[in-house]
This record gives sequence, structure tokens and C-alpha cells, in this order.
Amino acid sequence: MIIDAIDNEQVDTLLNDVLEAHGYDFLEYSHASIKRRITRLYTLDSFVSFAEFRYAVKTDKKYFKRFLEEITVNVTEMFRDPTFYKSLRNDVLPALGTYPFIRIWVAGCSTGEEAYSLAILLKELNLLNKSLIYATDINPSVLETAKQGMFPLNYLKGYSENYVHSGGLKDFSSYYAANYSLAKFDEALSSKMIFSTHNLVSDHSFNEFQLILCRNVLIYFDKDLQHKVFQLFDNSLENLGYLALGSKESLDFWPNAKNYKRVKSEKIWRKL
Amino acid sequence: MEETLTHGKCSALVIGGSAGSLDVLLEIFPNLSTRINFPIIIVTHRKAGNDSLLADLLKNRTSLMVREAEEKEKLLPGYVYIVPADYHLLIENSHTISLDYSEKVNYSRPSIDVTFQSAAEVFKKELVCILLSGSNADGVEGLKAVKKYGGLAVVQDPQTAIMPYMPQQALNNAKPDVILDSLKMAAFINELINK
Repeated sequence: MIIDAIDNEQVDTLLNDVLEAHGYDFLEYSHASIKRRITRLYTLDSFVSFAEFRYAVKTDKKYFKRFLEEITVNVTEMFRDPTFYKSLRNDVLPALGTYPFIRIWVAGCSTGEEAYSLAILLKELNLLNKSLIYATDINPSVLETAKQGMFPLNYLKGYSENYVHSGGLKDFSSYYAANYSLAKFDEALSSKMIFSTHNLVSDHSFNEFQLILCRNVLIYFDKDLQHKVFQLFDNSLENLGYLALGSKESLDFWPNAKNYKRVKSEKIWRKL
Repeated sequence: MEETLTHGKCSALVIGGSAGSLDVLLEIFPNLSTRINFPIIIVTHRKAGNDSLLADLLKNRTSLMVREAEEKEKLLPGYVYIVPADYHLLIENSHTISLDYSEKVNYSRPSIDVTFQSAAEVFKKELVCILLSGSNADGVEGLKAVKKYGGLAVVQDPQTAIMPYMPQQALNNAKPDVILDSLKMAAFINELINK
């Protein structure tokens, strides 16, 4: 990666183009991260000048699709942070079990690994039948992958270990069928998922949920944008609903955090 | 190459290391001056899940404030920030911390290159980066960036490293300004204190 290939002003120019030409607003993303993503893509695709890169991003629809895929971070795992999933299993989901119908929003679901992890927990608690998981992302391509429920087989060993550490007692391989290099997850899991694009920066609340999961998305946003998104979540969460964040994210500095109570030591808060 | 080097202001020190670097850190920390007046960031490769372990180990060996780096927190002089396992750490122009869960770099997350490069862009010639023992080449590109922006690039003398590969790669490819015996590391850092 040529680290000084693109300077700060060029980043701003490009992001303004993206907003004007395509309607995606990245201006309130953390600057250092997005600059690194842009520089990485510029280097990866061997552009010879910023002008050429800018032109492609602005005018070439096909290239913009790639830009969107590469600029957003889509790294995810099943049962990432096993103690977090243990807390979902033992503390959060049983409390939701008393509702006649459970609505969950996985915001920024990427390729769906967390939505499938959640579905497995719900199934094991006999709650999947009355649950619906809304899995959304800014990026339409990752949602296509998520719908398929197929993940690279070589990751499954790690996911299986995570599952066991999170308190899973079943044989993890009973949830998928190995198909060449991919593991295809049981369609009973995805039958309870609704996939849709949703942009946390510009789109509004679209339902009321009892649990919102948004992990390792807010780290890419600046503080002001984080607070706007917390407000969006607040508007989308029923009283006594839960908000779950990534292991390095926190509600603490948001002015309305006083209306939320932390669940044990995990990054899970309950709306009071 | 001299071991003591006249240099300007130090606005941040970043120390990167992998296998074999813990011993050096444990050696350095008890000997650090309490008058250190720049932030220190420690990036080491380690397994996810042992988060607070390194912070706890170092905390017991210094009276400087040692903490695991928090997302969007501002770097303060005299504080030691440990990069959390499984996240890259970048620095914003406002000297706040951004954590990033993007692809591994050099099979590593956190990657030393990522933090060195990001710090180099922000602190430019007021940056000092030290690369310690390790068995892959993470940090080499980062040190090149430090030099490109006029900062001071330091490597542990490979002969004193448990795993010499990483500092040796830096020596061969990044033309560091200073090569330091691990025993002289703390004194070197204390010399960086801004008068």
C-alpha cells in the first residue's frame, strides 16, 4: 500500500463526489479508517492518478459497486466473542422468551455470520419459531451472500470452537452441510431472517425491536454520527429491549445513556 | 549509526513487537521515567481473548498510567496505551484513537504496520517508533513510512532479540536511524522527554 498516494483533501473530494453522485454519505466516518480503506483500494486497483480514480468512482456504476464493497469493512465471524454470546444465551434471550413474538434487528450484518449465530441460539432455546431477524447492511452485495447462508468451510473449525466456548452443547456440524469449500447452513435458520439494505447514516427507523445487535460498525463512525445512530436505535427499541454492541464500543458518552442499564460485564444495555 | 541521536520534539512513541517482545517490555517498563511527557502506544501480536493481561503486567512495573486503548479516546502525555487484541489501531488528526476490525495485515491484527503508518501520517517528524523482537516482517513497511515522514525509526539489535527475524528485516529494508541493545532501551526512551 502506498500510504501517501492520497491526501486528506482528496479523501474529502472523493467522499463529496460519492454523496452527490450516489447518495451515500461517508463524511462522518472516522477519517483515519476510511482514508486507509480508500488508499488500499487505490493501490489494489493500480490507479495511476487520483483524477482517474475519482472519475471511475463518480461515473462508473460498476466500479462504484466495488468501491462500496471495499470501502466498508465486511470482516465478521460466527459466535465472535464467545462470552458475549453466552450472555445472549443465558441473560437476554430467555427474557425475550416471554414475548409472544420476538423481533430482532442485526444492523450492519455484513455477510450474515452474526445473524446465523443468533438464529442457532434461538433455535436451541426453542424460540426460533416465534422470532424474526431483520438483517440489514448498507451494502447489497454482502446481503446476497448472507441470504445464501454459505460460509467458507475452512473458517468452520474456528466458529465451532467459538460456539462451544459460548456454551453451545450440540454438534456444531449438525447445522450445516459441507459442500466443496463451503458450509451451507440449515435453511430453517434463514427462513426466519429478512434481509434488506439499510443505511444507518441516512435511513430511518423501520420497526420496533426487542433486541438490536450492531457490533463493530460504530467504530467506523465519528462521535457525532455514533450519537445519531444511538438515537435511531433508541427510536427502534421497545422499552425493556436490549442493545448489543461490539467489544470496544460503548453507550457511555451518549447523553441518553442514563435511560439504559448495562447487562453484566458484556457490551449489552437494556432500555429502561 | 549512533545510539544517542539529537532529535526534535517527541509527540508520540509507538513500540511494536511480536514473539519475544514481552521480555523486552518487562525490562523497559520499570526503568521508565515518571516524567515522560508524550503518549506511548504498544502494539504487540497476541491471541484474542487475553485482553487485559498485558496491561496488567505492565501496570505493575511502572507508575505511568497504563490502559487498554479505547475507541475515540484522546492520546494524553504520560499515558501508555495497549492496542487491544484483534483490532487495528489508527490515529486521527485530532490525536484520538480509531479502532478498526478490517482484514489482517501480515497475518496480524493488530498489525504493527497499520499503527506505525497511521502515526507517521499524523505526528510526522515528532514521532518515534521502536520495533522489537518478532518472527514475521510486520512493522518493516511501517518503519519505512516513519522515515518517509521524517520520524525516528528505531530497531532492537537483532543480536539481543529472542526472535531476531523482525528487527533484522527492518535493518535490511527500512534503514532505521537507531539500533538499540534491549538493555539500553529504557534510557533511550527517557532521553526523548521534551524539555
